[in-house]
Order: sequence, then C-alpha cells, then structure tokens
Amino acid sequence: MPGELRTSIIFIALLLTACFATAQTAQSTFPPGSPQLITTADLLKALQDPAGTKPVVLNVGPSLIFMQAHIAGAEFIGATSSPQGITSLRNRAKTMQRDVSIVLYCGCCPWEHCPNVAPAYRELEKLGFKQVKILYLPNNFGADWVDKGYPVIRGQ
Amino acid sequence: MRRSWLVLLIVVLAAAYFVNERHKTSGSTGPKGAVGTAAPEFTLQDISGSPMNLANYRGKVVLLDFWATWCTPCRGEIPHFIDYQNKYAAQGLQVLGISMDDDAKPVHAFYDEMKMNYPVAMGSSQLADSYGGVLGLPVTFLIGRDGRIAKKYVGAVDMAVVEQEMTALLQAK
Repeated sequence: MPGELRTSIIFIALLLTACFATAQTAQSTFPPGSPQLITTADLLKALQDPAGTKPVVLNVGPSLIFMQAHIAGAEFIGATSSPQGITSLRNRAKTMQRDVSIVLYCGCCPWEHCPNVAPAYRELEKLGFKQVKILYLPNNFGADWVDKGYPVIRGQ
Repeated sequence: MRRSWLVLLIVVLAAAYFVNERHKTSGSTGPKGAVGTAAPEFTLQDISGSPMNLANYRGKVVLLDFWATWCTPCRGEIPHFIDYQNKYAAQGLQVLGISMDDDAKPVHAFYDEMKMNYPVAMGSSQLADSYGGVLGLPVTFLIGRDGRIAKKYVGAVDMAVVEQEMTALLQAK
C-alpha cells in the first residue's frame, strides 16, 4: 500500500473516531440502570434523611427551566453543553472537596437527548471528583419530578 | 319587616348572579395552559424585531411551539412546522415559535440555517409559567380560532396526529 494512501486511511479513521466521540459526549451516554445514575426516589430519600449527609445538587440545564422550578436546595450552574456552563462548573468545583457527594441534574428534554448531563459528569470526573451521580429523569424535569409532587422551589 | 325581606331578596339575587357568572366563565378558567382554557395572551418581539402578539392571530388556528436549539427532538420537528406553515397558511394556520434558549445568538443562526418561515421570539420563565410551565422540551399547543387551547403535546409529537388534529381545527370555521 503506498504511503500516501495509508496516511489518508489513518487520517480518515482518526477523524471518524473523533466525530463519533464528539457525538457521544454531546448526548446523554448513560443508559438507564448505569451505576453513574441515581433515581428520583433515592435522591428524595437522601435529601429528606435528617441523619444523612445531603448531596450537593447541581442543576446543569438551561436557566429558563431552572427559573420556573428547580429541586429545593439545588444550585444553578448553567447548561454544560456550552463552554460558559463548563466554566461555571469548574468555578464551583474549586470550592468543593473531591470526596463530596454531588448529584447533577438537567431534565431539559428526554433522557437520551439531554446534551448537558454527560459533559458535566465527564468534567467532574476529570477534575477528580469520586462521588458524582446523575439524576435519572427519563422524560423531563416536569414529568419526572415536579408532577410527582417532589419538593421544588418555583419562580427563582 | 318589609325592608328586611327586601334586603334578603337583594342578597339572594346578588348571590345567584355571582354563581351564574362564575358558572358562565368556568370554561375559561382552570389550570394554566390546560386544554379548553383561553390561551394566555402575550406580546413579544420576534427575533427580527417585529411584534408578536397572540391576540393578532385570533380567528386563525395557532400552532405554538416551545423549543430550543439544544433540544434534538425540537430540531426534528421544525422542518414539519415549516412545511405546515407553507401548506396550511391559506386555510388560516399560523405557526409561532418560542425559543427557550438562554441566548438569542444560536436561535438566529438556526433560524437562518433552517430558513424558518414563521415568527420566533425568545421566551421567558413568566411566559412559560403562564402556559402551565414548560419544564422540559418540546411542548406544543394547538390553539383554536376561538383563542382556546385545543391540544397540548408534551415531548416529541407524532406528526400524523398533529396534522390530523390541526386540519380538523382549520375546518371548524
């Protein structure tokens, strides 16, 4: 095989791998049941346990949904599909111990289409956080949290 | 004695009137953004700077789409809505888009890229709240010619169903 052809094939293969990796991280890559996920029932239990240490709940979704309603006690980070959101997450991470329990959530759209939770998880993993979970919201935040009567703060 | 009866009669008539009025308007109250209620009015500016006032579309069937550029299912629906606007405008359809993006810049780019043929305005949490909350996208409303919400779809819509229900509304004069 001529050297030029071999170089071209390797280049195309690398390009396709990079495109595939980008596509994977742009959407939620954690199938239901993945160990990285926490259910709404388990999060609720953790938040309501008077004896337990409460996790830090970070909203990594768009602001217009957060402003309508968000999990009581959650902090707004911003949509981590954007560079601004990732910067905001990094800034918040600077103030936290690496062993702190963190729950990320979004719920902007159906689980398999969420562009925010996977990049946020990867970023915290890269920064060395060991106890990070993602709240599994199969449909969206409204259907899977608010409509179930779980605690929310509205209008902030 | 006669005066007491008169006062009592006035009180009873006033109560009856109040109950009757409540009953008459009960079709337009109820949970915000619910089917059968009056679609909440809004006055916005679309992304090109033109006014977008829901009241101006009274008498038309309005397909009101809450969407965002980061929402994959929303993006998938938009070519269909463009097609509907082309196909049914003459029969009285108006598609309106409300973007729930945080920033208008990607909305402008997407609008141009898709050659969207209907007005799109930037949403707000207040507007979303007035429609019962938009706590996940997409959310689509069909508003009848009478200004009442006829259908609400949460999540990606089945286009065959939407088109069928929309054309039924268009036929109802």
